[in-house]
Amino acid sequence: MIDIFTYSFMIRALLAGVAIGIVAPLIGTFLVAKRYALIADSLAHVSLAGVAIGVVLGLNPLLGALVVTIAAAFVIEKLREGRRVTAEVALAMFLSSGLAVAVVLIGLVHRVNVDLLSYLFGSITTVTTSDLWIILSLAVVILATIGVLYKQLAYTAFDEEQARAGGLRTKLLNQVLILLAAVTVVVSLRIVGGLLIGALTVLPVAAASQVAKSFRQTVVYAVGCGLAAVLIGLFTSYYLNLAAGGAIVLSALLLFVIAFVTSRIPTQR
Amino acid sequence: MQQPIIQFQDVSFAYQREAVLARVNLAIAAGEYVGVIGPNGGGKTTLIKLLLGLLAPQQGRVLVWGEEVQTFRSRHKIGYVPQRAGSSDFRLPVTVGEIVGFGALGVPAAEQSVAQALAYVDMAHLASRPLAELSGGQQQKVFIAKALASQPEVLVLDEPTVGVDVRAQDEFYQLIADLNKTKGLTIIMVSHDIDVVVNEVSKLVCINEELVYHGRPKDFIEKDYLAKLYGKTRRFILHGH
Repeated sequence: MIDIFTYSFMIRALLAGVAIGIVAPLIGTFLVAKRYALIADSLAHVSLAGVAIGVVLGLNPLLGALVVTIAAAFVIEKLREGRRVTAEVALAMFLSSGLAVAVVLIGLVHRVNVDLLSYLFGSITTVTTSDLWIILSLAVVILATIGVLYKQLAYTAFDEEQARAGGLRTKLLNQVLILLAAVTVVVSLRIVGGLLIGALTVLPVAAASQVAKSFRQTVVYAVGCGLAAVLIGLFTSYYLNLAAGGAIVLSALLLFVIAFVTSRIPTQR
Repeated sequence: MQQPIIQFQDVSFAYQREAVLARVNLAIAAGEYVGVIGPNGGGKTTLIKLLLGLLAPQQGRVLVWGEEVQTFRSRHKIGYVPQRAGSSDFRLPVTVGEIVGFGALGVPAAEQSVAQALAYVDMAHLASRPLAELSGGQQQKVFIAKALASQPEVLVLDEPTVGVDVRAQDEFYQLIADLNKTKGLTIIMVSHDIDVVVNEVSKLVCINEELVYHGRPKDFIEKDYLAKLYGKTRRFILHGH
């Protein structure tokens, strides 16, 4: 069991995984409360275009993903605010266009040896030390921002109109939340992969909401569930030679099923 | 009339090209209990949204305590209970205490303010209960507590009794009257329930794109403004309280 810790790539993957297991469901809780759960999926697909741009320009692909995903996040929010297109349409547009840009760019520069599959589905062997530093630094920024703005973000997520009537700067808070979602996507890209990040932001929240009684409990349970899913997924992927991203998301799904079933078992009085 | 705390000066508003409010002039003084009535689509909710700064007038000015509402910083002075607050459909669990706590954001001694607001509506014992487990009437009280937690001077309610059963409605109107009389809150209540409103409020505002009537409920009934507003005759039952 302990031999997993003798490999430095596994230690990097575990550290990155712990960061992802905390921040993805944390952000996911606010997105679900805001009925905006699908944005993580759309941004994840856009981040793949950023990876491709990073590769083409010879930059760290994660930095390329960070810049492009943040830019796309603001454009999506602008479209949503302007109401010229509905939120679902904006998300669908970016979801498919992001992947299209990635595929075309990688095809154009086929001389570059890039393992796009590892960004699509995640890979525990590809987390470099510089990736790990980027992931941990961004995770700290996300946690600190949520720590400071927890109540304001929660109020805006639950009822934007009332929050605005109460004097909160909801436009700015929405931009902060979407920025955090973009950063979370990039943080998760290496381990979970662009096609599976959406599930890690939503499934732990769905599991937590089956058993939680308050919003605060939902946040805590979702983070616990996300952490458990990442750790179970990473260990099983190591010992059973499975794709890490898929194993993590399936673990989250299993935890949701357990929460769903146990919450429906009548308690004895 | 004392110095008004809320003023609509020649306010017009249209959604795209469809005019909803046209040249509305209105003044509300501190301590008044104002009922806002009018037909569906007549501009009641738009009036409230302009008052809350959620919409900006295309023409005219909305002033609160003498300042333009759009730039007014002490928004906590206006508490707001929105339409259908008593049938909330939140995606995630949230407790009574958490909802009321949102109202106290930025208020000094927020915890104390939440506790007092919950006690006022007799819901302190339910602070840790999930909101979804409460009835429509109880949820409505929670949203009043949330509005009170911001320590407001004005309470704005938009169709507050929709989805609330008749018994809870009576209790609700008593609570609002008490807030007006004992706490001195200025109340502005939009309602479709004209019979109840004319019996409860001290001043009536009737909106049908334009300001049709602004004055005492008694004069409204005697001068048969209802026919002007709805184009039909109607009888009122005055309860005399």
